[in-house]
Amino acid sequence: MKLIESIIIAIQSLLANKLRSSLTMLGIIIGVGAVISLMSIGRGAQAGITSTFEEMGTNLLTVMPSSPDVAGAASMSAQFALPTLTLDDAKALEHIRSVTTVVPVNENIVQIVAGTENKMVVIHGATPGYQQAYNYPLASGQFISDRNVASRDMVVVLGSGVTKELFGSDNPIGQTVKIKKQRFTVIGILETKGGAMMGFSFDDVVVTPITTFQSKLFTRRTSSGKDAVQSIAVQVASAEAMDQVKSDIEDVLRRQHRLRTDEKNDFSVVSMAQILDVFQQVTGVFTIVLGAIASISLLVGSIGIMNIMLVSVTERTREIGIRKAVGAKRRDILLQFLVEAAVLSFTGGGIGIIGGWLVSFGVSQLKISGFELNAVVSPDIVILAVSVSVIIGLASGIYPAMRAARLNPIDALHYG
Amino acid sequence: MIELENITKTYRMGRVEVHALRGVSLSISQGEMVAVIGASGSGKPTLMNIIGCLDNPTSGRYIFEGADVSRLNDNRLAEMRNKKLGFVFQDFNLLSRASAIANVELPIIYSGLLPKRKQALDALERVGLAARANHKPTELSGGEKQRVAIARSLVNSPTVILADEPTGNLDSVSGAEIIAIFHRLNKEGITVIMVTHDMSVAAQTRRTVRLADGQIVSDGKSA
Repeated sequence: MKLIESIIIAIQSLLANKLRSSLTMLGIIIGVGAVISLMSIGRGAQAGITSTFEEMGTNLLTVMPSSPDVAGAASMSAQFALPTLTLDDAKALEHIRSVTTVVPVNENIVQIVAGTENKMVVIHGATPGYQQAYNYPLASGQFISDRNVASRDMVVVLGSGVTKELFGSDNPIGQTVKIKKQRFTVIGILETKGGAMMGFSFDDVVVTPITTFQSKLFTRRTSSGKDAVQSIAVQVASAEAMDQVKSDIEDVLRRQHRLRTDEKNDFSVVSMAQILDVFQQVTGVFTIVLGAIASISLLVGSIGIMNIMLVSVTERTREIGIRKAVGAKRRDILLQFLVEAAVLSFTGGGIGIIGGWLVSFGVSQLKISGFELNAVVSPDIVILAVSVSVIIGLASGIYPAMRAARLNPIDALHYG
Repeated sequence: MIELENITKTYRMGRVEVHALRGVSLSISQGEMVAVIGASGSGKPTLMNIIGCLDNPTSGRYIFEGADVSRLNDNRLAEMRNKKLGFVFQDFNLLSRASAIANVELPIIYSGLLPKRKQALDALERVGLAARANHKPTELSGGEKQRVAIARSLVNSPTVILADEPTGNLDSVSGAEIIAIFHRLNKEGITVIMVTHDMSVAAQTRRTVRLADGQIVSDGKSA
């Protein structure tokens, strides 16, 4: 019996009982759909994070304070470590070779009030180098100047998202805003950047001189009584120079902090590339875990197919007997049921792919706190899902098919 | 062309051994029409199963058209059933979800010969049912269903047709029609072996074999 014949017979059989066939396929549809949408979302998250980082510039080294005893992710959290960096440190780093810009940055979350409008924003205290280091072109007005920093001026530069929400289409330059009940004058607006991190869009940021930040908004002192700096961004001229600069930074800061040779660094220098690596690893694992969980549902779907096929074999015992009586060999019956299982899982897989694609598409349309996620349904995920579903179909169909093939025609004809 | 030499068939039902056939010897020539009668438990179905290559005898020889088919494996038996033997059952045994012509085509699917449709239609013509080719069994009367079954048994041009109580589920009129078809096919040269409990049907054949307790007790001209 030719393969085409078997496929046609299998399709006829499945169409003859549409309800049962659909219910059987449901498991595979959900399983494949879940695998595809979850893995695509995971991939999209990876890609989104990668491009966000790339937007921020990868020739950036970030110096942060860290407790020598605290390891791992905690040491990277500037807010939880003991403050050890100061503005003097930042100045000292400017002399290192191949360094283009050094920017000390303090960060916090505040509510900014303008007239009757208010908004929660991320506020950065920084110096003029901030623009270049973090790639924030100015839309209008001026950025923070060295004089602003020296004089601790009460000035702010608003991100485009903040401007829109507080001022609509009005020109905010020269206007007053209130932060922590103090008045600030708006001197500039940043261009729209897009992207987000940790739930805050990059356009919802507000920049003020770091000295103003330290003295008027959030004061923190190092153990020697100086104003603390949360992080120092160091932009390096070229990727090749990164390692050398990193080592130079460590030397300079160790001297600055008067650390003895046996004392560990009370700061850490990380590159964007390192952080990106970590994030990619995390999202990579995340994607695989999602895929694994979704695969469980695929497994359940295949058990469903095996179940139904077993029931089907029992119900069609007489039919199998008739076929054998007119000359069907074991091989013919085996092939028939195997093909039925394969057709079921292949069709279910196909529908699952379409469903998974739709879900990915739908999720891409949602903009979760400014973070645009482009779920990418790449061909390799599709091929993986389809081949897995067909293999599962065959595997779950083998046992019922063998039972069908082994039926004794005499007994089968008298069944039921 | 059918030679049974001292056929026995024993099978186990749990701990008990059942001797269904205890030494049956039978010789049937091409073109004969034979009725097989006997009470329940006489071994009729077992005998038909062996002649029809649905089962192997426990001992003894079965020679079909000169070849020893006593110990054929499942695949060879299937081939015999497909090409040389045709079956007609008491409860028709049609595929309920397929049309009449699809049912008739079934053996051709497994013999791999072509063309299917034409051969199947020809077979339906022979039983006078070509007009109902596309109807499903649920849309056919008992007599019509049995005719489809006969067409199916004919489609691969077998030399023997085995019928197991073919009129058992039919009213007397349809039953008579069916028997008439068998007679016609027999005249065209096909050997017909029919199990029946209806003595009047047996009387219409030329030879009656009576079974009791797994053995032939009489074999000769029908009354």
